[in-house]
Amino acid sequence: MHYLLSLTVWTPIIAGVVVLFAGKNDSLARLISLIGALIATVLSLIVFIIFDASISGLQFVENIPWITSLHINYAVGVDGISMPFVFLNNFITLLVIIAGFKVIKFKVALYNSMFLLMTGFISGAFCATDAILFYVFFEAMLIPMYLIIGVWGSSNRVYAAIKFFLYTLLGSLLMLIALIYLYNVSGKTFNIFAYYHTQLAMVPQILIFIAFFFSFAVKVPMWPVHTWLPDAHPEAPTGGSMVLAAITLKIGGYGFFRFILPIVPDASRTLSGLMITLSLIAIVYIGLVAIVQKDMKKLVAYSSISHMGFVTLGCFMFVGNSLNTWAMQGAVVQMISHGFVSAAMFMCIGVMYDRVHSRNVADYGGVASKMPIFATFYMLFAMANSGLPGTSGFVGEFMVILGAVQVNLMYAFLAGLTLILGAGYTLWMYKRTIFGEINNKHVDEMSDVNSHEFIVLFLLAVSVLVMGIYPELFIAKMQLGVKDVIALAMQSKL
Amino acid sequence: MNMNIIPALPEILMAAMIVLILLVDAFVGEDKKSINTGITLIALISVYIVQVLVYNPHTQLAFNNMFILDSLAQGMKLVTYIVSFIVVLYIKQYITDKKLQKGEFYAIFLFVILGIMVMISADNMLILYVGLELLSLALYALVALNRDNIKSTEAAMKFFILGALGSGLLLFGISFIYGATGGQLQLEEVIKYTYQSDVPNNALLVFGLVFVVAGLVFKLGLVPFHMWIPDVYEGSSLATTTIIGTVTKIAGVVFVIRFLINGLVLLSPQWSLMLALLGVLSLFIGNIVAIAQTNIKRMLGYSTIAHMGFVAFGLMTVSVDGISSTLFYTIIYVLTSLAGFGALTMLSRGSYECESIDDLKGLSKTHPIYAGIILLVMFSLAGIPPLAGFYAKFKILEALIAVGYIKLATYTVIMSFIGAFYYLRIVKVMYFDENTIDLRLADVNIVSRSVLMLNALTLLVLGIVPSGVMAFCLKLISG
Repeated sequence: MHYLLSLTVWTPIIAGVVVLFAGKNDSLARLISLIGALIATVLSLIVFIIFDASISGLQFVENIPWITSLHINYAVGVDGISMPFVFLNNFITLLVIIAGFKVIKFKVALYNSMFLLMTGFISGAFCATDAILFYVFFEAMLIPMYLIIGVWGSSNRVYAAIKFFLYTLLGSLLMLIALIYLYNVSGKTFNIFAYYHTQLAMVPQILIFIAFFFSFAVKVPMWPVHTWLPDAHPEAPTGGSMVLAAITLKIGGYGFFRFILPIVPDASRTLSGLMITLSLIAIVYIGLVAIVQKDMKKLVAYSSISHMGFVTLGCFMFVGNSLNTWAMQGAVVQMISHGFVSAAMFMCIGVMYDRVHSRNVADYGGVASKMPIFATFYMLFAMANSGLPGTSGFVGEFMVILGAVQVNLMYAFLAGLTLILGAGYTLWMYKRTIFGEINNKHVDEMSDVNSHEFIVLFLLAVSVLVMGIYPELFIAKMQLGVKDVIALAMQSKL
Repeated sequence: MNMNIIPALPEILMAAMIVLILLVDAFVGEDKKSINTGITLIALISVYIVQVLVYNPHTQLAFNNMFILDSLAQGMKLVTYIVSFIVVLYIKQYITDKKLQKGEFYAIFLFVILGIMVMISADNMLILYVGLELLSLALYALVALNRDNIKSTEAAMKFFILGALGSGLLLFGISFIYGATGGQLQLEEVIKYTYQSDVPNNALLVFGLVFVVAGLVFKLGLVPFHMWIPDVYEGSSLATTTIIGTVTKIAGVVFVIRFLINGLVLLSPQWSLMLALLGVLSLFIGNIVAIAQTNIKRMLGYSTIAHMGFVAFGLMTVSVDGISSTLFYTIIYVLTSLAGFGALTMLSRGSYECESIDDLKGLSKTHPIYAGIILLVMFSLAGIPPLAGFYAKFKILEALIAVGYIKLATYTVIMSFIGAFYYLRIVKVMYFDENTIDLRLADVNIVSRSVLMLNALTLLVLGIVPSGVMAFCLKLISG
């Protein structure tokens, strides 16, 4: 029990290294990856279940000195905010590995290994309570993602991979400077929680805010630093897109909760107007951009940016000095929900792409008559993506809008536009690809989902519905975590 | 007079071994030249053993105090022997293939090591100079050894002329300091003198310092004294580039530490400003120009310039933390480029020379292990965790911010961000591109290959547990 969290983090990494050495034996590589991912998912599920929602603060804490001369510790622990993501992360990776079982035929061992390594690194970033440990995991995940996009991506993959890498690298390097600065002013410690009570003047706060903002806003991604995402997604393989949308983006959102709001609360309040503006631009403008996309993956990528706008919007709903609880909780729920929904959307597009080898909306039409089971699942996910009540997509957006109403009716109105825009781009795409006449002979040759795809879609559908009908399951676990952040964001460090 | 020669025994043994190689080489036939490799390896091992035996925790002086064996010298010499030993393992096949296997090669190589040993242990400005010249002259010869190649000849010529200019600047500066301090060449006497005098107003001393710094950074290859690096890296055979790109960097950094910290530390307000400026320029030129390179050796040359910018930043903090970070950076950099050059050298077999970046196209399909090694090297050079290069950069940044240079640290990370691009491009070429060149190479012997793999693995291991090497570097400085 004591090392449960470390076990969750390191199981996929070790499995990934083992798989790497499986070399040419594809079926062995697949088997080991599946077992590794399964164990990690079960472990994270155990963490989820035995996590005590009635205690605030960290649980499953481990703290071992690592680099003593620099006071860096191997310190992990989860609170209500990070814990659900550890589960989400392992769950999605399991699905990615199942989904790639038949589809990936080129360098199987490397592919699976990269995903397992990435899962471990991402879990590590969510669990780390030492700033440098966080940074190491945060950066390390770039290497597998770079290779995933670059090796298995489509035509323009090299450009996309390098753009993805460099964008995220610049942000995180600036964060490194901020972390070392905090290390020096907080009495030589890299413990993130020690920074929560470090006094900081306004100018350093603003500068630290900018450094963190660059790093996390690029990951979220917020307008105007979002341009890497619509390039990276279409070029990445299906699994890559699923992980990218479902989890990698969440680390950006998580950063706002873990770093920005508690460490620089005064700067957050001062700059909240700017953050809200950027979020609203993302929600409305990027939503409009999504409507005109011809490439399905690009469309979902833009819709991701628009949906993630709710997360950043929810983070900065200040009423006077204190944050709105509804909006904050909504932001976390929105992240988890978007994890399921965006993964499902990319999975659906991947299923179609594997059969027709086109991402163009115009190349499809009438898929429903050939793939009825698939079309049903796809319908559910499309509804969730447009925020239909009863699906997970509704809960988070509704909570954020509810919070926004209490702050400023105008914000709520603009954010509410997403319900129209979201329905517009998602359902219009659905209509054009799934219904109508079959114009393309490749579509005519399509066969319905196979067993692997069915399992993945089914599990995602269950998750989306459970979260939509009984969101309390997640909200109860994260409530106190959110409350802590709100309390910390209320203090003044000046 | 202190005529104790014990601390200098390793140097004496090394000189004897060089003579032995030259003697043996004169008597063995063309087909038995590989015996030279054996003698070189034995020389390095025996020197290592003697070095360990002569060590004692107190600083030892010899030759009328001109020669010093302190913990810095001891530690860095041991590192030099290990690195040189690995270099020999990496290049021996290459040398045979390229018909460079003459007795001279190893004899000159050991002269390089001897020069490094003298530089590391010198406590007197003239001895430092003598060590430097021993190293430099041997290097000129190594570059020129491939004399049928027009590029090598050009590189050797450039190297020699510019190197002589650098040495001249250094000597000129030394003579001014000699004059300004009333005839002192011993480093500790220079320190004593500067304690008593009004340093900032001593124009002669500062004037001499400018020339000394110019001469020093010439050897490190900081901008604007960097012109020779890309040409020499490109023009030399890969074996020579491996030597220049690894062991000589250790010598260069210790050389600068000896001069500036052991001798002229009270002038640090003056020289740290110079180093800061040169470091800023080096990071800029090194990283930007490396992007435009198509030759991988030239690219690594520019990358060296950028990395030496980091070294300059570490030194300019003039703190124990900063200096030990510099040593840490140097050791990690040397280990990383050692693996990189090692992989390139082993890929260059027979008449084939792995030189252009395009030669690496699709390497992950033909030689997945070499590709994996180069991948680790590139990410380590770019400073991405969990590889050792990250901690090297991290330590320097930490040292900079600890003394308040936040803007400089920010500039540094922006430049390393730009630098990441060309390292990524190498990975891209190996993993994303289709291979166009038929690379069917005979395998290098298993020992060299396993050492290379171990070397690459070290980068990963040190990226996860770097504290041992960090503590080692700190001990060298504070001991």
